[in-house]
Amino acid sequence: MLVLAFDTATPAVTAALHDGERVLAESTTIDARRHGELLAPTIERVLAESGASLRDVTAVVAGSGPGPYTGLRVGLMTAQGLSTTLGVPSYGVCTLDGVAFGSGLSEPFLVATDARRKEVFWGRYADMRTRVEGPFVNRPAEVPVEGLPVVGAGAALYPEILGNRSDVSPYPSAGALAALAAERLAKGTPLDPPRPIYLRRPDAVVPGAPKRVTA
Amino acid sequence: MADEPLVLGIETSCDETGIGIVRGHTLLANTIASSMDEHARFGGVVPEVASRAHLEAMTPTVEAALAEAGLRFSDIDAIAVTAGPGLAGALLVGVAAAKSYALGLGVPLYGVNHLAAHVAVDQLEHGPLPRPCIAMLVSGGHSSLLLVPDVAEDVISLGSTVDDAAGEAFDKVARVLGLPFPGGPHIDRAAREGSGEAIAFPRGKLDDGTLDFSFSGLKTAVARWVEAREASGEAVHVPDVAASFQEAVVDVLTRKALQACRKYEVHDLLIGGGVAANSRLRALAQERCEAAGVRLRVPRPGLCTDNGAMVAALGSDLVAAGITPSTLEIPADSSLPITTVHV
Repeated sequence: MLVLAFDTATPAVTAALHDGERVLAESTTIDARRHGELLAPTIERVLAESGASLRDVTAVVAGSGPGPYTGLRVGLMTAQGLSTTLGVPSYGVCTLDGVAFGSGLSEPFLVATDARRKEVFWGRYADMRTRVEGPFVNRPAEVPVEGLPVVGAGAALYPEILGNRSDVSPYPSAGALAALAAERLAKGTPLDPPRPIYLRRPDAVVPGAPKRVTA
Repeated sequence: MADEPLVLGIETSCDETGIGIVRGHTLLANTIASSMDEHARFGGVVPEVASRAHLEAMTPTVEAALAEAGLRFSDIDAIAVTAGPGLAGALLVGVAAAKSYALGLGVPLYGVNHLAAHVAVDQLEHGPLPRPCIAMLVSGGHSSLLLVPDVAEDVISLGSTVDDAAGEAFDKVARVLGLPFPGGPHIDRAAREGSGEAIAFPRGKLDDGTLDFSFSGLKTAVARWVEAREASGEAVHVPDVAASFQEAVVDVLTRKALQACRKYEVHDLLIGGGVAANSRLRALAQERCEAAGVRLRVPRPGLCTDNGAMVAALGSDLVAAGITPSTLEIPADSSLPITTVHV
């Protein structure tokens, strides 16, 4: 097994290779505005570092969000494109699940990431492998924290409301995403197709009558 | 020729997901998925709706194009993609797709200019471009006059709209007349029942000595005229308004295009972009070019509107000219200048 995983649903552009037992290489750059420029070279870098060839990859996994849409689509389109050209399956794994898996926590907790517009994307987990609620998009004050620890960039952004587990990386790591996907694939757990989780409709308003140009 | 490279072109600058496949200048497939129906009720293209639709449509559209051409993906020798100008989020889906295909296949990538691609596409129908030629590109997003010594490497901007694009004026006037979006085809159809001389609408910047256009004042003049008739309780004869508006647009477009031909002593004019599908523009351009001794080239309507074949055609020119391929780091550039043919 050789899983190529990446996530572009947050300011982190992250890619990793996992051979079913361990992460062979991982590379992450934090830059919220350059997902389109950074992802392909990041994939090339992890391939070069691990000495693997794209031809050896057996599955491609992208974080399926939720996350800011423009960046999110870069990862999912890339997963589909590599899948089509390499002739291997591609999957989408919820980005919050990747953050959860990377936390290593074994007790209940929440993941919250930045949804912009003063909102967070969030989900509730029983442990690092098990999402029990979400993903949803809400204002921080609407998230039922109920004393649980909150990990992810949303917590770092709104520490007064969500608390802040600063000992856990706020961004998803492709290494964790790849490890989670490899574990699910090895167990035969079905994975989702690489489709985006948007949670919001596009902003668009049906126009009324044309504006008059004369008074 | 069988030894010419197979180029797959990707176009996502607005609402069309276009995939084209060419061998040299032979068109093998031109497949389009459009999200226009999703935009129509909003009266214009909604960028986020377009971006979402590109991601949904890309893989099936590429597969359909390969099937149409009778090819496997592994047969493709190079990938070309619109890198700009256009809607940033929409462009980015195409650029990400192109990079993943180039990476997965191990073939070169060419990021190209959307406007230059509109020029290059004519070679698929009418053969090599005369060097130089004048190109006029008119669409919902662009109105440009270009001097084209070499479409692969040297495109010079002579003028462009200072406000609305020609196609944008069609959309806005259609709204005033209660016609659906996109306005171009509806105004074209309505105008056939009316007279282009019924109302003397203004011709912006007609004799100002530049090769720039302006259509915003015309749009406002049409709205004023309609509102004045409505205020006085008179019926508005939509075909006459449509025909007179359309006549004002195509009069300015064709005159300025021929002014450019005269000024630069060029005897070949190419018209491209979605508005080039307008029947009155095609007819008047033909008439005026004949009178001026200028040869006119207009691709068939399916190659004038946004499509992937135009991107593949320009990509093919870049391969033939030995241009260095793009890196996998190229950005999508929503305001890529026309002077940058490839990135």
